[in-house]
Amino acid sequence: MSFEAPHIEYATLSPLLIVFGVALVGVLVEAFVPRRLRYLVQSVLALVGLVAALAATIWVATDLTVRGDGAARGSIVAEGAIAVDGPSVFVWGTLLLLSLISVLLFAERHLDGGLSAFAGQAAALPGTEAERQASTRGLEHTEVYPLMMFAVAGMMLFPASNDLLTMFVALEILSLPLYLLCGLARRRRLLSQEAALKYFMLGAFSSGFFLYGVALVYGFSGSTHLAAIAEAVNGRIGGQGLLLGGIALIAVGMLFKVGAAPFHSWTPDVYQGAPTAVTAFMAACTKIAAFGALLRLFYVAFGSAERDWTPMIWIVAILTMAVGSVFALSQTDIKRMLAYSSVAHAGFLLVGFVGLHEGGEGISSLQSVLFYLVTYGFMTVGAFAVVTLVRDAGGEANHLARWAGLGKESPLVAGIFAFFLLAMAGIPLTSGFTGKWAVFSSAAQGGAWPLVVIAVLLSVVAAFFYLRVIVLMYFSDPVGDAPAVAVPSILTTVTIAIGLAATVVLGILPGPVLDLAADAGAFIR
Amino acid sequence: MEAEPFIVLSAILFTIGGVGVLTRRNAIVVFMCVELMLNACNLALVTFARVHGNLDGQVAAFFVMVVAAAEVVVGLAIIMTIFRTRRSASVDDASLLKY
Repeated sequence: MSFEAPHIEYATLSPLLIVFGVALVGVLVEAFVPRRLRYLVQSVLALVGLVAALAATIWVATDLTVRGDGAARGSIVAEGAIAVDGPSVFVWGTLLLLSLISVLLFAERHLDGGLSAFAGQAAALPGTEAERQASTRGLEHTEVYPLMMFAVAGMMLFPASNDLLTMFVALEILSLPLYLLCGLARRRRLLSQEAALKYFMLGAFSSGFFLYGVALVYGFSGSTHLAAIAEAVNGRIGGQGLLLGGIALIAVGMLFKVGAAPFHSWTPDVYQGAPTAVTAFMAACTKIAAFGALLRLFYVAFGSAERDWTPMIWIVAILTMAVGSVFALSQTDIKRMLAYSSVAHAGFLLVGFVGLHEGGEGISSLQSVLFYLVTYGFMTVGAFAVVTLVRDAGGEANHLARWAGLGKESPLVAGIFAFFLLAMAGIPLTSGFTGKWAVFSSAAQGGAWPLVVIAVLLSVVAAFFYLRVIVLMYFSDPVGDAPAVAVPSILTTVTIAIGLAATVVLGILPGPVLDLAADAGAFIR
Repeated sequence: MEAEPFIVLSAILFTIGGVGVLTRRNAIVVFMCVELMLNACNLALVTFARVHGNLDGQVAAFFVMVVAAAEVVVGLAIIMTIFRTRRSASVDDASLLKY
């Protein structure tokens, strides 16, 4: 019996391989480069790697082959494990752009007296002499860059995987580094460690559900390949119980990562406890990767069973929007409020997802969700970047009461933050409006208009808590001594500027990006 | 081979794991329950591989073992830090983040 070496299309997979390669080189840098040089080497390496991967992604995008009737372009590579098609490449580009601006937040050392936002020495106990020494000696964990690169690689693999096993492995590659990153904050370390514990426990729990769903679907169809599953679902061979149980359990794992109710309970705790740079990265990129995978799995593999799963997604979408919008009203912590706002956004995205509009007239569901993800990603990273600027003696001043009167203290920062909030609320001339318009119109054309009516009503409720913060910033007097707005270095400034520019441009001229999403076409099967 | 008993066993193991995660207090035990869930998945995967007469499920079981090992590394690191800080591995004690 001879062994046949698998055929890997290295050129097509180059964006993915570059990011994995940079992550591995980062681990070596940790081992061999002297400590004082590591910060510079690691951050430059991460930036260069992401730019190179972005360039490779653009090259791959121009080189996609048309398949079949022309609706889908791309190819299935790595022995059927990975599908590099229009939507994959679109998600890769978005993820890499957002990771690029997040890495700038990771590298910011100007805000906390020359120290980064990450623990000097994670092993030193909070409040001990060892921790103070680590701080005074200026130690920092530069491992965060390789960890982040592994997470980015997992996020790129997740929506591109064409096989349930690859999808599970990608899910873990993206999750494990994030659990660690959440626990590495320099300030408020107890909160940060608690966030890591909660994220890890619940994440491992949900991936157990995902895996049992994979096993059941494999039992139903006899294969883990999405195309073979689609065929089995279409032909209705095998036991229906296995299929329905499998879809439900896989959906639990996916909806957990997306942050949809009732699997959202980790979101506020983790977003609040994690270092804000990590929260920005995680809030934007995890959601994009998980939605990419959710779309591929349900459209490609379970597409013919849509009657079975659409009622479930309808209920989850309504619940998610309601929970996100209502619970955000009562929050007193700015990061927690933004976390609930991201839950609400997951609900709006699910509305677009469940519309199941194939395109033809108007924009397709896939195109609208991809567009919404771009708009959501940029405004989220931008908003969290602003949150890192408002500080007092104990680090970031995250309590909402400390934000009162910020409009007088620092009109520029308050103005930028107010703009991001208006965008999240979906006010016209911002990207939030065009994104919402895209998902709602595609869902309405797909026949999900009752859901769209509910979504519009709930987005009015959601607008209320955004406006509450704006009123607080501009029409309240500061309580006690006002928090200082730290002057950031060029890194955070660039991040905020890019987030702001994307939010404005996508709000006024959404055409090019919508066309790009339309060009991405359908998933290949 | 009759597959049903094995699938039922894996479902029982999965349920024990799931209930354990929800009811146990010690982070280490909760984590062991998660591992039990993953192993229940392995049993189901291997049984279905036998039913379908292909190797996909068995290969998947190997991947799951590797992923579980990686998860142990990360998970125990996090639980250890929490334990050293708080002198307790109870998941009920970690309750600073709420509402």
